[in-house]
Amino acid sequence: MEQEIKPYLSALLQKGAREDGRGLLDYRTLSIETGAIARACGSARVKLGETEVLVGVKMDVSKPYPDSPDEGTLMVNAELAPLANPAFESGPPKPDAIELARVVDRGIRESGAIDFSKLCITPKEKVWTVFIDVYPVNDNGNLFDAAAIGAIAALKSAFIPKYDEKEELVKYKELTKEKLPIKQLPVLTTFAKMNGTIFVDMTKREEDANDARLSIATLENETVSAMQKGGIGTFTEAEILGLYDRAVELGKKLRKHLK
Amino acid sequence: METTTEKLYIKDRDITVPGDLLAEGMEYLPAGKAYRDGEKIFACTMGMASIKGRVIKVIPLAGRYMPKKGDVVIGKVTGIAHSGWTVDINSPYNADLNIGEASRDYIDLAKTSMANYFDFNDYMLAEIISISESKYVKLTTKYRPYRKLSPGNIIMVSPTKIPRIIGKAGSMIKLLKDGSDCDIVVGQNGLVWIKGLPEKTALVAKAIKLIEKESHKSGLTDKVKNMMASGGK
Amino acid sequence: MGGTVGKPEKLIVNGKRLDGRKLDELRPIKIKAGIIPNADGSALIEQGETRIMCAVYGPRECLPKHLSEADRAYLNCVYTMVSFSTPERARPGPSRRSVEISKVIKDCLSPAIFLERYPRTKIDVYMDVTNANAGTRCAAICAAAVALADAGIDMRDLVTAVASGKADGHLVLDMFELEDNYGEADMPLAMMPRTSEITLLQMDGELDKTEIKKLIEMNIKACREIYELQKSALREKYESEKNIESEEGEQNGTGN
Repeated sequence: MEQEIKPYLSALLQKGAREDGRGLLDYRTLSIETGAIARACGSARVKLGETEVLVGVKMDVSKPYPDSPDEGTLMVNAELAPLANPAFESGPPKPDAIELARVVDRGIRESGAIDFSKLCITPKEKVWTVFIDVYPVNDNGNLFDAAAIGAIAALKSAFIPKYDEKEELVKYKELTKEKLPIKQLPVLTTFAKMNGTIFVDMTKREEDANDARLSIATLENETVSAMQKGGIGTFTEAEILGLYDRAVELGKKLRKHLK
Repeated sequence: METTTEKLYIKDRDITVPGDLLAEGMEYLPAGKAYRDGEKIFACTMGMASIKGRVIKVIPLAGRYMPKKGDVVIGKVTGIAHSGWTVDINSPYNADLNIGEASRDYIDLAKTSMANYFDFNDYMLAEIISISESKYVKLTTKYRPYRKLSPGNIIMVSPTKIPRIIGKAGSMIKLLKDGSDCDIVVGQNGLVWIKGLPEKTALVAKAIKLIEKESHKSGLTDKVKNMMASGGK
Repeated sequence: MGGTVGKPEKLIVNGKRLDGRKLDELRPIKIKAGIIPNADGSALIEQGETRIMCAVYGPRECLPKHLSEADRAYLNCVYTMVSFSTPERARPGPSRRSVEISKVIKDCLSPAIFLERYPRTKIDVYMDVTNANAGTRCAAICAAAVALADAGIDMRDLVTAVASGKADGHLVLDMFELEDNYGEADMPLAMMPRTSEITLLQMDGELDKTEIKKLIEMNIKACREIYELQKSALREKYESEKNIESEEGEQNGTGN
């Protein structure tokens, strides 16, 4: 269906219009519900239009990386479960799932969002590992932005589990009152490009027909913490610099949902 | 004329759930998605009961499109073989369009190619001319109004809502066409093709989604009229 | 390196269970149909703290082709524990346990579906546990049956399931996590309520014949209760489908 409707979608976009009546830089209705997942240390249920993503934060104790012996670690995983989209298949993560996980990861890790130095239990031996699991429930496009904001919301609402030093056991069911040390709130905005027109928050129909996308994660201080271009189309330098400003603007708007 | 073994357990327009006992007694006749097991008649799908005299019919309210002979469908070419095309008709079953059924003209492959008639991803309006026991489907595009559909907007709706979108004697579809100056083609398999000015095309799509969502509510026709007149604002 | 709360001294105190329930009382159950727009049919179930989402896709083309059956649909059931569903994070991917449960669920749902009406196709049933607090396979079956009906797939009946067992020597219905972990026996059962045919039965632990008979009866009685909840969930979604105006053109003509 995608190639067939591309001329129609492009024609609409050229007039600054979308199928659902939005403008080129409008996000769909966003709602974030934290704490929805009982077993997680922190969690978020994000609805962006009809796209729905669950993000769970869990923690465990492990050995630190040799080059950062007194810092906690981060692992981001995304499951493109067949539940969410007729095109998803069961099995080990495919490139799309891995890209989604790594883009979410990049925005968080590089921004210093998590203060890893506060997650050390015993230097060189025991540190906290933060696991972020991204789990789409319904894919109607733009999983990237939904997952990314879900991840930050989940992190922000997360409490550290109890660690029994004597028994050297994590008490997974008991959470302390100590929150995860979060210093920054990176927000991801993904721009799509179709036949020259650039727009945000694509629906599945738009996503399947678009030429390329550029995701930019911004921080409150208006710097960028991550970028990722995808799709077989191209962007010009001028476009990219223009999108920097758009990303900061839109990032600010989206970040309001995190307060 | 009721005997003591006859019992009717549902009313006209009741919602049925699979396994629902609808009636008891050999005098009743099951139709649609109602079936008989011994003396009893059950529903086997999510549906709505329609009771006319002794006939208990269950009209399905959900389900993917199951091809039927004579149905008019919108399909997409997914394969080109030696003497025909494979066509996706939005069903668990793919369809075949044989080269001999594609056109009233004789297609001479020495002079032209299959792709000149229908290429990959081309859409078409076609009729189902036959279905085998294991549901192999054959199409034809030989006669009017069957044809290739030029690129436009294609949307998918539940096949169960298509009758409502067409309306009694085509009244709803006419409303949409008149209010938008668009070409609209409806497939019984749940696909609708719309072509016109982009904003008008989007408006028709919006109206159709409304009809799909509110097919049950009264005042729908007026709502659609207003939407078409106001441009969907 | 997991730690769960240790074994409680008693599971049953003064005839009441640790979560306040009577011995033969179900946990609160909520079922909702049609929660995943992309799916052909879907359902959500919450049973106590257990929470499961189910999506049905199909009937659709059966790929890979070697799974395709000439005279019926291939039913593919996949039960998955999402990583954040358990206290200790579950590694993504199937485990031996989830593969077995998937198979048992397939055998449980098959008798209820008119598979022979969909030759050469595949029906995918994905059951994802987002919060696990015992009774997951039974809750998954309840959700799957609702999702299959929601998808408009022809069925003889819905399938309903619940587990019961023995804790501290008492026969209890719908065990929650503590009872499941520290009880003496566990028996999940599924049935088609219309004909009372049992389509799933598993058991582990130690039970004598009287206990098994009592548990089966307890399960069947509870299944009938849950059956009503399944039907309500479906009716609630479709009640709004009732046409008030009979303006529709019935199945003929296409207005083209």
